[in-house]
Amino acid sequence: MMANNGAPLLEAREVSKYFGHVIALEGVSMKVHAGEVMCLLGDNGAGKSTFIKTFSGVHQPDRGVLLVDGEEVRFNSPRDAIDRGIATVYQDLAMIPLMGISRNFFIGREPTRGAGPFKRFDVAKADRITREELHKIGIDLRDTAQPVSTLSGGERQSVAIARAVYFGAKILILDEPTSALGVKQAAIVLRYIARTREQGIGVIFISHNVHHAYAIGDRFTVLNHGRSMGTFEKGDISMQELEKMMAGGKELDQLSAELEGSLSAKSEAQANEPDS
Amino acid sequence: MAQTATADERVRRVGAFRKWLTRPELAAVAGSVLVFVFFAIVAGDSGFLTLGGAASYLEVSAQLGIVAVPVSLLMIAGEFDLSVGSMVGAAGMLVAIGIVEYGWPLWLAIVAALVLAMLVGLFNGYVVTRTRLPSFIVTLGMLFALRGLTIGFTRLLTGRTEIGGLTGATRGSPLPPIFAGTIKGFPVSIIWWLVLAVIGTWVLQRTVFGNWTFGVGGDPNAARNVGVPVNRVKITLFVCTALSAALLAVIQVLDAGSADVLRGQLLELQAIAAAVIGGVLLTGGYGSVVGALFGALIFGMVEQGIFFTGINTDWFQVFVGVMLLIAVLFNNYIRRRASEAR
Repeated sequence: MMANNGAPLLEAREVSKYFGHVIALEGVSMKVHAGEVMCLLGDNGAGKSTFIKTFSGVHQPDRGVLLVDGEEVRFNSPRDAIDRGIATVYQDLAMIPLMGISRNFFIGREPTRGAGPFKRFDVAKADRITREELHKIGIDLRDTAQPVSTLSGGERQSVAIARAVYFGAKILILDEPTSALGVKQAAIVLRYIARTREQGIGVIFISHNVHHAYAIGDRFTVLNHGRSMGTFEKGDISMQELEKMMAGGKELDQLSAELEGSLSAKSEAQANEPDS
Repeated sequence: MAQTATADERVRRVGAFRKWLTRPELAAVAGSVLVFVFFAIVAGDSGFLTLGGAASYLEVSAQLGIVAVPVSLLMIAGEFDLSVGSMVGAAGMLVAIGIVEYGWPLWLAIVAALVLAMLVGLFNGYVVTRTRLPSFIVTLGMLFALRGLTIGFTRLLTGRTEIGGLTGATRGSPLPPIFAGTIKGFPVSIIWWLVLAVIGTWVLQRTVFGNWTFGVGGDPNAARNVGVPVNRVKITLFVCTALSAALLAVIQVLDAGSADVLRGQLLELQAIAAAVIGGVLLTGGYGSVVGALFGALIFGMVEQGIFFTGINTDWFQVFVGVMLLIAVLFNNYIRRRASEAR
């Protein structure tokens, strides 16, 4: 792991977030360094989305602080976060399906030519850069104007990541980038994330799929019911232990006991009713 | 190396052909040709193919097309404006009453109509973006309210619902030929239509605002996340549709020399139909201005073409309805091919 000496690229200290009297997050801490993949794991509703939305400027934490390069920050809008080099790639909001690929790549940050009323979208430049950047990640386009919906799910996700990196992201937040994808498509994305890490970018990888996370992650923070169950180095924990923790250990034990119980009950034909 | 170069070229050529086959305006262009050929055969000897015939259907197309251009942009941005028809009535009345009843100079009346349109557009845009109500509902409300206000105020101020006598009142002004003149028998509204279509196409295809328009209609959340000012784009386009309606009103009023409170009825639906025939997706994010141009052209040719065939013009709407359905089915097919095929 590199760059562990300096301040982390991004750090959250004791972040809490409440929606009315619902506790979405309670005292969650996390660090991401340059060139590492930090996995944020948790079941649905564990608070993963709320947590990363505090980084991307969508939510403001009610308690706790965020630090970028060791400096305390407050994001009032997604724009603020983007300006600090934090890019979020959302699972389903990454791309506009019916729009052309190069138009998608540059939407919101279009290159322009000319001035005044003749200022225009530099389509040729956008096409050229899109073609180059996509070539780098192994997608060769026949036509940069073809709709994004003609790309496969993995390619689409990769293009969204490439876009964030191209526009100077230092920290990349990937919200469930692989969970809607098949094994092959997920592999495309995971491979590309590994390459992004090599460029010294800090990646926060959100997932409820332990297999994907364990394959790519350097460290893991597990959330459950809005609380952190701790942060673990890859060498210190097994995939099974992570999985157990995500599901809330006890509950899973209970479930397997329950299922076993019902099975044995079945095989024993008729039997004693358990009391509680 | 040479091997790969030729292979590459072949891929490109197929790409260009496929690209042409997946253009959103393909149906409208093909439809225009079909409709033209149909009427050329059926009504060719009764005047459809003469310059006068062309002038007559182009004028109808132009009057619809002037509004259909910004309406198609707004629809690509994912919103409807059902109030353009009422806006035509209101703006026309404002011009006529200002000139005839209050003695305004023509330029002042035109400016007043444009300002009114801008305010209506801003109102539509703000209400839609603030309340997040569907624009269909908001502008439907405006359709009724604006028409009602036009009728009410006109009767209140003049006791009538139709104002004439503008030709005399505007004589000597240099402005009427710009809006309602003719060049070699062709009304200048055709030029307005074509110029607006060129500007609209340029804006949509070649400017940042055009890219935002696609994005806003395709997925407003995604667009917002990457920093596109979604509300500003929508409000701007609502202002544009209203302004185009005011422009059409000025053209109609100066051309007819009179204004009627009921002017522009059904225009909103015809403009939407022209846009949809032209390949604009009803849910936004897809389409072209060129398509809307041809959509309007089809409308004009059918409306006037039926007249030339001698068939009772009552049948015009049947023709339009059937064509709308066919065009939309065809467009759906094209779009599915464009967005799935690899």
